Amino acid sequence: MTWTNPLTLLRHGWTRHWNPDRPVRTVVSNLPFEDLKKREQPNRRYEGNAIRTNKYRLWSFIPMNLFEQFHRMANIYFVGLAILNFVPVVNAFQPEVALIPICIILALTAVKDGWEDFRRYQTDQQLNNTPCFIFSRKQMCFVERRWKDVRVGDFVRVLSNEIIPADILLLHTSDPNGVCHMETANLDGETSLKQRKVVPGFSSLGEPFQPQTFDSTVVCENPNNNLNLFKGYVERPDKRRTGFGIDSLLLRGCMVRNTDDAAGIVVYAGHETKSMLNNSGPRYKRSKIERKMNTDVLFCVVLLFFMCLIGALGHAIWLETFSSMPSYIVPDSNGNYTPSVLAGFYMFFTMIILLQVMIPVSLYVSIELVKMGQIFFITQDVELYDEELDRRVQCRALNITEDLGQIQYVFSDKTGTLTENKMVFRRCSVMGTEYCHEENVVVPDRKLILEVDRQMASIQTGPYLDFFLALAICNTVLVSSVTAQRQRVRVNVADLAGAERVGDVLRALTHSTKTRGGETLADPFSIDEDESDGFHSSDVSDAAGQKVISSERKVKSGLSGSEEVCYEAHSPDEAALIHAAKAYGFTMMERTPHYVTVKLPDEALLKFEVLDILTFDSTRRRMSIIVRHPHTKEIIMYTKGADSAIMERLGNVFSVKSEAKQTAVKTQRDLDMYARNGLRTLCFAKKVISEQEFRAWSAVRQEALSAIEEKEERLMETANFIESSFTLLGATGIEDRLQESVPETIQALRRAGMQVWVLTGDKPETAINIAYSCKLLEHEDLVFTFISVILQSLCKMRLEDTLGELRRSMLPPGADHQFRGYSSAFTGPLMEPSIGLVIDGPTLSMAMSDELVEQFVELCKHCRAVLCCRVTPLQKSAVVKLIRQKLRVMTLAVGDGANDVNMIQAADVGIGVSGQEGMQAVMASDFAITRFKHLQRLLLVHGHWCYSRLANMVIYFFYKNVAYVNLLFWYQFFCGFSATAMIDYWLMIFFNLFFTSAPPIMFGIMEKEVSDSTLLSLPELYKRGQHSEGYRRSTFWIAILDAFYQSLVCFFIPYWTYNGSDIGIFAFGTPMNTVSLFTIILHLAIEIKSWTAVHWVIMIGSVLVYFIVTLAYSAICISCNPPSDPYWIMHKQMADPMFYLVCILTTVVALLPRTFFTEILLLWSEKERSANGSKLYTG
Amino acid sequence: MMASSYNAKDEDGHLPGSVGSGGPGAVKSKKPDNTAFKQQRLPAWQPILTAGTVLPAFFMIGLIFIPIGIGLLVTSNNIKEFEIDYTGVDMSSPCFSCSQNYSWNSTSACTCSVPFTLDQPFESNVFMYYGLSNFYQNHRRYVKSRDDSQLNGDKSSLLNPSKECEPYRTSDKKSIAPCGAIANSLFNDTLELFYNHPNGSKITIHLEKTGIAWWTDKHVKFRNPGGNNNNLSSVFRDTSKPVNWHKPVYELDPSDPDNNGFVNEDFIVWMRTAALPTFRKLYRIIQKKKDNMTPTLPPGNYSLEVTYNYPVRSFDGRKRMILSTISWMGGKNPFLGIAYITVGSVCFFLGVVLLIIHHKYGNRNNSADIPN
Repeated sequence: MTWTNPLTLLRHGWTRHWNPDRPVRTVVSNLPFEDLKKREQPNRRYEGNAIRTNKYRLWSFIPMNLFEQFHRMANIYFVGLAILNFVPVVNAFQPEVALIPICIILALTAVKDGWEDFRRYQTDQQLNNTPCFIFSRKQMCFVERRWKDVRVGDFVRVLSNEIIPADILLLHTSDPNGVCHMETANLDGETSLKQRKVVPGFSSLGEPFQPQTFDSTVVCENPNNNLNLFKGYVERPDKRRTGFGIDSLLLRGCMVRNTDDAAGIVVYAGHETKSMLNNSGPRYKRSKIERKMNTDVLFCVVLLFFMCLIGALGHAIWLETFSSMPSYIVPDSNGNYTPSVLAGFYMFFTMIILLQVMIPVSLYVSIELVKMGQIFFITQDVELYDEELDRRVQCRALNITEDLGQIQYVFSDKTGTLTENKMVFRRCSVMGTEYCHEENVVVPDRKLILEVDRQMASIQTGPYLDFFLALAICNTVLVSSVTAQRQRVRVNVADLAGAERVGDVLRALTHSTKTRGGETLADPFSIDEDESDGFHSSDVSDAAGQKVISSERKVKSGLSGSEEVCYEAHSPDEAALIHAAKAYGFTMMERTPHYVTVKLPDEALLKFEVLDILTFDSTRRRMSIIVRHPHTKEIIMYTKGADSAIMERLGNVFSVKSEAKQTAVKTQRDLDMYARNGLRTLCFAKKVISEQEFRAWSAVRQEALSAIEEKEERLMETANFIESSFTLLGATGIEDRLQESVPETIQALRRAGMQVWVLTGDKPETAINIAYSCKLLEHEDLVFTFISVILQSLCKMRLEDTLGELRRSMLPPGADHQFRGYSSAFTGPLMEPSIGLVIDGPTLSMAMSDELVEQFVELCKHCRAVLCCRVTPLQKSAVVKLIRQKLRVMTLAVGDGANDVNMIQAADVGIGVSGQEGMQAVMASDFAITRFKHLQRLLLVHGHWCYSRLANMVIYFFYKNVAYVNLLFWYQFFCGFSATAMIDYWLMIFFNLFFTSAPPIMFGIMEKEVSDSTLLSLPELYKRGQHSEGYRRSTFWIAILDAFYQSLVCFFIPYWTYNGSDIGIFAFGTPMNTVSLFTIILHLAIEIKSWTAVHWVIMIGSVLVYFIVTLAYSAICISCNPPSDPYWIMHKQMADPMFYLVCILTTVVALLPRTFFTEILLLWSEKERSANGSKLYTG
Repeated sequence: MMASSYNAKDEDGHLPGSVGSGGPGAVKSKKPDNTAFKQQRLPAWQPILTAGTVLPAFFMIGLIFIPIGIGLLVTSNNIKEFEIDYTGVDMSSPCFSCSQNYSWNSTSACTCSVPFTLDQPFESNVFMYYGLSNFYQNHRRYVKSRDDSQLNGDKSSLLNPSKECEPYRTSDKKSIAPCGAIANSLFNDTLELFYNHPNGSKITIHLEKTGIAWWTDKHVKFRNPGGNNNNLSSVFRDTSKPVNWHKPVYELDPSDPDNNGFVNEDFIVWMRTAALPTFRKLYRIIQKKKDNMTPTLPPGNYSLEVTYNYPVRSFDGRKRMILSTISWMGGKNPFLGIAYITVGSVCFFLGVVLLIIHHKYGNRNNSADIPN
């Protein structure tokens, strides 16, 4: 809720005045001050926990809502016109009547706003009155209060499965290890549990929490909206400081899980909590069409201005022609005549009122309606529904549907977007020896098991054991037993998940056995998931298959029993590794902040004391865990990380013939092989740290932890310091399978004229391999590689060389090229040799420096595919922004992880893939899909449809308004430019509001120019939207010209028919109104390419409504709308055969040119198509 | 030995952002309904505008429009119409002196007689119109300058007319009835028609002055205040006549109480403001003779006696008298017939053009392609 009450703003300004911005917030316990007045409270300056997200109060609703609504230009325009109508000298209609449309619009909006606000008020009230437990000094226990009573400095206790009322610094939990789990689904949609721990030194095991003894001061940063960052320290009375971070903060809105109760001191309350600060309403993006449309609205304004000017001049000149005033010129109430120049001046404004519809104000409302309809149909598409996740496509941004049809550049993440992100442990290399595993299920390698067993039996230590220990403990995976899962509220959901797991195993089983049988599987999901089939085929396979079955049975039994451990991993890689370790018998049983328990293959339990965890970050690209071995009491650091991050920090590799070097070389060779096979590689290393060294380092570390300024940098420094001179243990290769139909999707997108870029953090070899397997790069492509170019000058040289080469190869289109171009003219720009570019992060940052950026962009323009590897999240968004700004193209970014959020937000259209990696990407996206292949349908079908529908509708809207308004304009030439309307004002309002509004909206929602199957089979059709062919300036002007022509016809045919006869003004206007209705509706009918029952109903309904309303109106209204007298006119007209003759003739003449040219164009394009078709078949 | 598989994460499909997620426990599939409407697969008719469908349409329009046009033209030509301008701009015109002297303020009536000859007999009912040109009855302020509720017989509006009538709302502190500029500028020439019999006698032609206004206007929209009160002068006692009028509204037709006051048909006809600056208004009807043997207006010499009251000189206006018979399509109007014939022919022509393009041009290209 981005809205802030002006009063609140004022108050904020006031408090800020009293409390000049200090970088930190100091919180002390409220308990000693419990009975004091508010003025004496130490924490009085911080906001209370009561929230108010409703904008209005009862007394301020009307003025504030009006104020809000007048922020919209359209409303101001409307009101300006209505006010103008109250000025007697310029009014065109009854002033009261002119107020009606604006009043209706304002009132409807106000009712809608008021209702929404009331709903917000109700939720607020409900939240504010939720019970919670606050510690009271008088009663010496936690007493039940309401959320709104919580203040900063209070002590609050939260029980299991309760929602946390404010941001609380965790000081106590019932858990003996001082941890507390919380589920952040309300905040970021992630259902995995997050572990929080008590501020060090405050967890007194087993003792009840005693807030009254809390005498420290909490110092933390000022409220901000970063959910993942929080720092501060607790200062004891003796000036001892203890640092804490985000892992000690319970966030408002989250739910406490797996912990009986937790308590702490409130640091942020109400609107200052992180969740409230994060709560910014829906995103507003402006689409390309809308931007273009706005300039066309300006054209309409100019047109309107000129028409009014003509009216004003005409009126003045017309008045000048009279020597004395004739009886039909009415003087003002004093009997004086206005001088003609002044009258002309007034007439200008009157004309604006008369011709106001020229500015299509209703267009904006209609567009919103149309987009709602389009979104409805997109989300309803069953093809975009994911059976497995039970999830539809989500449209999170409501107003950029048509941008989907104009995408020129697609930026994709690799992991989880192109690939499944269901990691499978495939290969490992331990001490230079390589071991291979089966696909999908970790079936231990026999040789490796033997090796492990040997070491287990003999010495209880050794690199093999270390390797698997590292696999098992060097991670942040949490263990939750199945019983703990059961405690969660959605029991059946947990059951469902379990059942799904069984299904997974089955599927995996079928898959593995079939592959072993030598069959190639194009699509793993096309396999019939028949259980018996799976068992049957496994019977005939070897022993490994039997093991799989036993494991599957084990999983099943594990679900009913309580022995089975359940891992909650943040990244699928970690899950893959820990499961691999488990398969070899190294099962992590429990993880607490201080201990990790691992069950060894011989069922012995090893309980490591955790001394420190250096968490993963994208700069270091590794994580480490420092533990004390329970038996040897050695301090050991296990590290895993990207190969480069480990390899360059190995100790004693440089001694020439050492065994370590041999291992490193062999491992590196294996790593390269993994990468070539498209596996994700990780290196494992260990380091034994001496007691003193650790102690010295630990002190520095503690200091860094409690720092407030430059905390990150200092922590990084300490980590880098200790993470050096490793001993290499081995490496793993994890397979991440491509998602289904990824190559097909990429090919379709490319045929549709989109440039596909893949941006990944992976290493070049892996990335290139994936790129080839998903057909991003093809073997006949010319691929330029810019990897590890160290110097900027070198980079520049290579760029220039490459560009030069490109230009040479393209400038003289030789005979060979021409021949190729001819044969492949249908498949697009194959004229150029298709060029791929592979570039890595460091080189990319060089290429994007100011000096080289132009050349880089130039090169990119020629590339059909670009692959960026080893790029950081920030670089991803920088690349998107660069291409978007330099090439002025429509960009789309698709990704699934937190590292793609920047990119998704930078692109014109951001698409989140909701997969294995949480919901951050989805939260930041405009559209959320579940599989990459859905992109094809989303863009090629829905994008195309939405674009052409909206473009056609917008054009039609301009046409409609101009055609109708011009009728009035032509009449001015025959009424002395006096701004007379020959159509009843009410009927004019109705004309736009009821008679002609539904058809274009329906057209914008339901038009189906080309069927989806055609769009999918001919992706080239997408190019129409890419080049904005549906909505060009020329299209706009053609529509306006047609509107002028049609209005001329609609005016002058009735004019010549009735000229000189005894027809009255409104009797003259009636056929014109009818004729324009027919013309406008039939014009749309020509545009509509496919008619469904809905179309017929709405089109015929509109005409019927027109006749019914007009007939009823002219039968009832005797003197209800004074200047006009519609009484019985319609009936009179409809009894006159001339009326029908005029209507038929005019409609035919008005639509003749459009039909004729549409027909000519169709003949032409048909010919083209048949020509192309025959080429396609023969060529 | 163990083997293991896993699912990295439990996805229970619960998204805070998604719309309409069922409550906890309600495991309801979010699968969209597979209905034709929601999947945009409604059976559709695709009017492919090909030569096969459009060409016949063009020819059909041509074939239908041309006969209609001919019919209209014939009907229009059968209508007899006679028009005479009696404004008196020319020195030679009998009404010249009247037109020179006359203004709204003059009190004495000026009369003139305009002779004319009908070459053809006018059968059945003949409608007599007066026509004005360059008279902008459609000027916005003029159109507004009336009070419909006053004309509808509303007592309070009678004494306190609408502001729209300004400056013709009150005179001498009395409200004007009928108020406003339209009523004030009521056409007040009196036209009479005489047949100069070849034997020298001058026969007055009976002009019917009722039945010229719309029935709904006369009986619903316009009403005298106080209903069917015969004593109109007392009803209008507290009002004053429009400034340009010579007599008050209750003396418009003293002979016929049903045609007096606001329901006077000449007045009603005038109040229905014309759409265009050149217009005619129905003035009188000449009923056809009972015997049905002699035409309503036999050919011969006639004279139009005009009581010249209405000034048009200030705006270069023209006054005409029109005699016309009518048919089902109203008065004489050749435009529509010609237009139908033209449009029909154009459609036919376009059809031919399309046919040529389609057959010759299209076919040639196709045949050129096939051997490839």
